[in-house]
Amino acid sequence: MNSSRNRGYAVFLIPGVIASLAVIVVPLVMTVGISFTRWTGIGTPEWIGVDNYTRLFQDANFWASFGHILLLIVAMAVIPTLAGLVLAAVLFDYVAKAFGDRWAGFFRSGFYVPQVLPVAVTGIVWSWILHPSYGALNQILESVGLGSLGRNWLGDPKYALPSVMAVMIWFQLGYPVVMFMAGLQRIDPELYEAADMDGAGWWQRFRRITVYLIRPEFYVVLVTTTIAALKIFGQIFVLTRGGPSNATLVPSYFAYQNFFEKARVGYGSAISTMLTVIIVVLAFVFLRIQNRDQRIGG
Amino acid sequence: MTTTTVSRTPARADHAAPPERHRSRLRLVVLIALLVLLLLVVAPLLVVALNAVKSPADYAAHGPLSLPQTLHWSGIVDFWNRVDFGRKLWNSFLTSALVAVLGVALSVLNAYALGIGRIKGRLWFLVFFLIANVLPQEVLAYPLYYLSKSLHLYDSLISIVIIFTVVQSAFGTYLLSSVYAEFPSELLDAAAVDGAGRWRTLWRVVVPVSRPTLAVLVTFFFIWTWNEFFLPLIFLVSADHQTVPVALGVLQGDRMMDATTTSASALVGILPAMLFFLLFQRTLTRGVTAGAIK
Repeated sequence: MNSSRNRGYAVFLIPGVIASLAVIVVPLVMTVGISFTRWTGIGTPEWIGVDNYTRLFQDANFWASFGHILLLIVAMAVIPTLAGLVLAAVLFDYVAKAFGDRWAGFFRSGFYVPQVLPVAVTGIVWSWILHPSYGALNQILESVGLGSLGRNWLGDPKYALPSVMAVMIWFQLGYPVVMFMAGLQRIDPELYEAADMDGAGWWQRFRRITVYLIRPEFYVVLVTTTIAALKIFGQIFVLTRGGPSNATLVPSYFAYQNFFEKARVGYGSAISTMLTVIIVVLAFVFLRIQNRDQRIGG
Repeated sequence: MTTTTVSRTPARADHAAPPERHRSRLRLVVLIALLVLLLLVVAPLLVVALNAVKSPADYAAHGPLSLPQTLHWSGIVDFWNRVDFGRKLWNSFLTSALVAVLGVALSVLNAYALGIGRIKGRLWFLVFFLIANVLPQEVLAYPLYYLSKSLHLYDSLISIVIIFTVVQSAFGTYLLSSVYAEFPSELLDAAAVDGAGRWRTLWRVVVPVSRPTLAVLVTFFFIWTWNEFFLPLIFLVSADHQTVPVALGVLQGDRMMDATTTSASALVGILPAMLFFLLFQRTLTRGVTAGAIK
């Protein structure tokens, strides 16, 4: 490459570098540094080496919060991805043909609606619907004679996490549907016609063509939703605040508590640092798998 | 369930189609199943809308599913006045619009250097922006809180605008760099022949040509910033500075909130989001896909 041709561009990166240093690099380095100290947020941090981390690994709440995250990955990444795949295929391959594109578009937009609501609003809507005394769900159950099924959905440690998981499935479903339907546009319709000619059934076409050809979207959806699950904060804050008795505690809320409620900034920093390491490692593992798969799949 | 009903499609579907009756029944089953699912998805919002315009007495007497006896707007009006909702809307709009414009501007500058300029160490910068993209905000939260306090930017919309401009531009830089890497070099050469400098080329050639992508980014940054919760919750503590999500989020558990007031508050939070959704629907569905193209 001709180097003189590429001269004079570096200057354009200066604002971005300065801004990133101030807002991302410096705070990130500070958090990692603080994680090796004991600090209340006031005065001088006291260096304690890896004490926060050894304490973290013995903290039942820390392990519980990661256990909850695994279940939330099921609710936010695994189930929506699989359900979204089937829905997108049905909409693209059946509804669009049998009823027209407008219907397919209508359903797609409808499923996407929860995604555009602010997280806080989602929380308000659901914590009201699931409220034990004046909530809509229990009142509906009562009015159809199933009052005995009524529960304190978010207030009972046994049901709180499953309730949050259900809300998250509702929230996430539209994203994979939109992504997969966009990916399906790429597929040459002749492929489907050829499969029809060969006598392939719907299920075979779905598995051999649809799923195979939209693998790029599949990876993107799986990575982004998994990372979103690892970072989840807003919904937990407005639905349960990690309770009851830590039944829905997640790492980001656990860190928030330590930062701003318990003034244990060092410990909170250790939690955030651990979470960050996990997310970054996961992102790179996914990228590698994706690259390898693309090279093989051509 | 679909497998059993559909998979027996015989060979040569066009000739040996299943009997007309079977086919129309299948159509009906699929349509009804999808409509039921759609109803489940939007039901919470419908229930909210229904109860936001009910009087508390009506709600107590007839429950959440009945139609309102009379349209009772005062729940919404009272809530609006009590939390000064117009103010929160303005705060949200101002920060989101500023972040959308500044974030895209910063992304363009970065991507110009990385995607078109292909400056040295380009790969490392891209890796950095990729990591910045996936970082959880709580790993930045405390130092940002601490630094903004010492700079007297705490509890101010300025801090939120600065932080989200940078956070959003990490995504924008990553996406735009790959778009600009494919930028037609003939256009750049033509600009160079005309004697245009780097700035002129950027402003007169690169930005106009990539306008559709930039429009998608502006839309995204606006809505993402509008919906942000975690950092605004930490930074915007006084009522005058709260954004819509923060104002609604901290009301949870407030003793003033009964069922109808809660619905009213949820409705005023839903409406702007639905408005953006309708306005930007086309850009959005195109844009969600834009992220997938690497």
